[in-house]
Amino acid sequence: MHEVFLSPEEINRRLETILPTVQKPGRYTGGEINQVVKDWQKDLTRVAFIFPDIYDIGMSNLGWAILYESLNQRSDTLAERAFVPWADMEAAMRTAQVSLYSLETKHPLAAFDIIGFSLPYETLFTNTLNALDLAGIPLFSSERSTEHPLIIAGGHAAFNPEPMHAFIDAFVIGEGEEVIHEIVEAYQAWRRSRSSRLALLQSLSQLAGVYVPALYAAHYHEDGTFSHLEKQFERAPLPVMKRIVPILPPPPTHFIVPYIETVHNRIPVEIMRGCTRGCRFCHAGMINRPVRERPVDEIVSAIEQALRNTGFEEIGLLSLSSSDYTHVLELVKTVSERFAGKHLGISLPSLRIETFSVELMDALKDSRHGGFTLAPEAASERMREIINKPVSTDQLLETARAIYSRGWTTIKLYFMIGHPSETLEDVQAIAELCKKVLAEGRKLIGRRARLNAGVSTFVPKPHTPFQWVSCDTTDQINAKQQILKQTLRDRDIKLTWSHPEDSLLEAWLSRGDRRMSEVIYQAWKRGAKFDAWQEHFSYQTWLAAFASVGLDPAFYTHRPRLINEAFPWDHISTGVRKKYLAQDYLESLSGQTRVDCREQCFACGILPTFAEMRTQNPGDFWKCPEVSPKSKRGQPTLQPLEIPIISSE
Amino acid sequence: MRIRIFFSKNAAMRFTGHLDLHKTWERIFRRAGLPLAYSQGFHPQPRLNLACALPLGFTSQAEILDAWLEYPMPLQDVQIELDRAAPPGISIARIEVVDQKEPALQTQVSSSEYIINFLTPVSELDQKLSEIISAESISRRWRERTYDLRPLIEELRRLPDTQAGNASVLALLAAREGATGRPEELVQALGFDPNLTRVHRSRLLFRE
Repeated sequence: MHEVFLSPEEINRRLETILPTVQKPGRYTGGEINQVVKDWQKDLTRVAFIFPDIYDIGMSNLGWAILYESLNQRSDTLAERAFVPWADMEAAMRTAQVSLYSLETKHPLAAFDIIGFSLPYETLFTNTLNALDLAGIPLFSSERSTEHPLIIAGGHAAFNPEPMHAFIDAFVIGEGEEVIHEIVEAYQAWRRSRSSRLALLQSLSQLAGVYVPALYAAHYHEDGTFSHLEKQFERAPLPVMKRIVPILPPPPTHFIVPYIETVHNRIPVEIMRGCTRGCRFCHAGMINRPVRERPVDEIVSAIEQALRNTGFEEIGLLSLSSSDYTHVLELVKTVSERFAGKHLGISLPSLRIETFSVELMDALKDSRHGGFTLAPEAASERMREIINKPVSTDQLLETARAIYSRGWTTIKLYFMIGHPSETLEDVQAIAELCKKVLAEGRKLIGRRARLNAGVSTFVPKPHTPFQWVSCDTTDQINAKQQILKQTLRDRDIKLTWSHPEDSLLEAWLSRGDRRMSEVIYQAWKRGAKFDAWQEHFSYQTWLAAFASVGLDPAFYTHRPRLINEAFPWDHISTGVRKKYLAQDYLESLSGQTRVDCREQCFACGILPTFAEMRTQNPGDFWKCPEVSPKSKRGQPTLQPLEIPIISSE
Repeated sequence: MRIRIFFSKNAAMRFTGHLDLHKTWERIFRRAGLPLAYSQGFHPQPRLNLACALPLGFTSQAEILDAWLEYPMPLQDVQIELDRAAPPGISIARIEVVDQKEPALQTQVSSSEYIINFLTPVSELDQKLSEIISAESISRRWRERTYDLRPLIEELRRLPDTQAGNASVLALLAAREGATGRPEELVQALGFDPNLTRVHRSRLLFRE
């Protein structure tokens, strides 16, 4: 049973001849400053974090970096990294029989105790299978024994874990900062107990925020729709509530500094988590509630330390909606004064469409060369009300004037097509709005004014008010894109769009049930990998995979859904009630908007779920109202309205 | 203050290319907290100047970097701070102060000496070396252009075998602007696979 793996020395020896033959060999060497190398002779719990895309992409992700730094502070644990090789390196590794290895010590992944996959988006699913295969680890959870590493996964895509349920032993739902330590400790206790793999899975299921799919069975109706999930282990939780941290822990400051160019070669600092705006299409906005802010001094001191540790020349101040960070002006002023003259680029993405955002960016200086990005998402007032992003066109144009007049020559506008009830007129409005914005620029700075319009296609994501919505068909998407391509013929307008097939794949994978596992497996067997990469993605491969399993892809994407349909992800709770989502969806259909929930609580469900946590952590860094201790609490004042059960059509 | 840093680039950084090495040095100075000077203008660039690009995959004991500091500092302090901030793969041999008026580093380099170690046994190496040396011209193609490799080879001789028993060759190749001899081209001209060699830059020679 116990396979013999290559030693690090042997892997290094084989890499000698492989690396000169591949593109960007620096992706595969490790050895960067701030990587953590611990002694394998010691009896440590060995954890490998793998971001299942290439190094260039994965190194820019903050998720694993937080956990890597945190776990490596434990004296009883080591944490290393792996990414997946690009096609040329994969071929060379398979030929030379080099299995997937960790960058720090070149140990094969199969020699680790725990492997943690980052799954921030669904198009990494086939790469996850490929990584397991390259590591020589059985793909299916049911085929792994006590000799194999425990395979865990987390990230935004894990909020609907079902499509990957067959491959992952345990999912972390929500924030990993605390629970990763509990997982390590549960693993250590299980090792000492020398009990079965099932015992390990059962003990993991008792940790808050951990979902172990093997402990449940799925049932379906005769028409193929999902019915319910049934526990196979009495103490398994149902539903599985996501995990959050009450207070954001101090940000990581020992980032690994790549020797080669990566996508975001910078220090990422999360200034706040969550968003109060309630855009109805937004997955991140729904699953990351409640909003928790970091104090300014903690952010500034983290930047100072990280600059000393890394030497990076760029900082990214990250959040879902930077303008809504309570102390954003103070933060921007402090950062620009403290680091003046240090030739530092500071980016503040996700700004609201208002002139205040321009003032913020202006204070940061040095950030003009990237263009100024705004995301109106829709162009007609009607559409903006439906998606609950009510920004008037006048306000957008005023913001555009402020941007062009303060030295930026390029404005980037992000839109989505395919919103519910969208008509061709709503799409035409996108093109008209782009022209209007550029016209403002031309009035102010003449022919130097540029406009980039990025138009993606809406995918109705689980756990959002739009989870009941069906996707546009490829014909509909093509027709809408055609309007944009025809109307936006201007040498100063650059239009980019997403391929309709890419959006459908994203929808299948994010909305899938347990049967999707077999589709993913069949697609991988037919060569699917790097589905997020145009040069690799093959729509036909996926259609063939669906056909081989006997499933209809349209079932997942184009079918109208009843408001009381059970979803395959209903057992995963974000703390936001399904009733609340349904009510918000129905309001959307009648064009009603909801204000920022800092102004009025709409009782989404977060507060009752985390009431004890909120009571113990009073203060205005949480953007939910304070909760009085249980003993003093009367009837909840915020009752969600009862909603009628109706058809979505 | 203009300083000249002599350093080696070891195995850990073999696969960091010229532009990325430049970025690595900028970050070393930033970690070291030294007052690295930046150019004026809209997109200020760090004032760093590498002598001669080292091809990807090669190691070197003869790399040279010129750097400008905003104000003078004791060299010893500079070296201590840089040593502390250097990543695995870079080690600093020595630092000198250079006259501000000296011409750019790249224009002063004339040739580069390489030691080429073969990782696998090679046949008839001596004979192939003498054929190269006695050739009048060696026509080769590089990036769609035909050129003569022979005049770029200034010295070529066999070295004693390595401890592992592999053949080793010393090559002194031109490294002037517009006239650069490439070790992998030489290896191919010898009839061997460059991927089965390890190349190390042992010296950089300056113009008289």
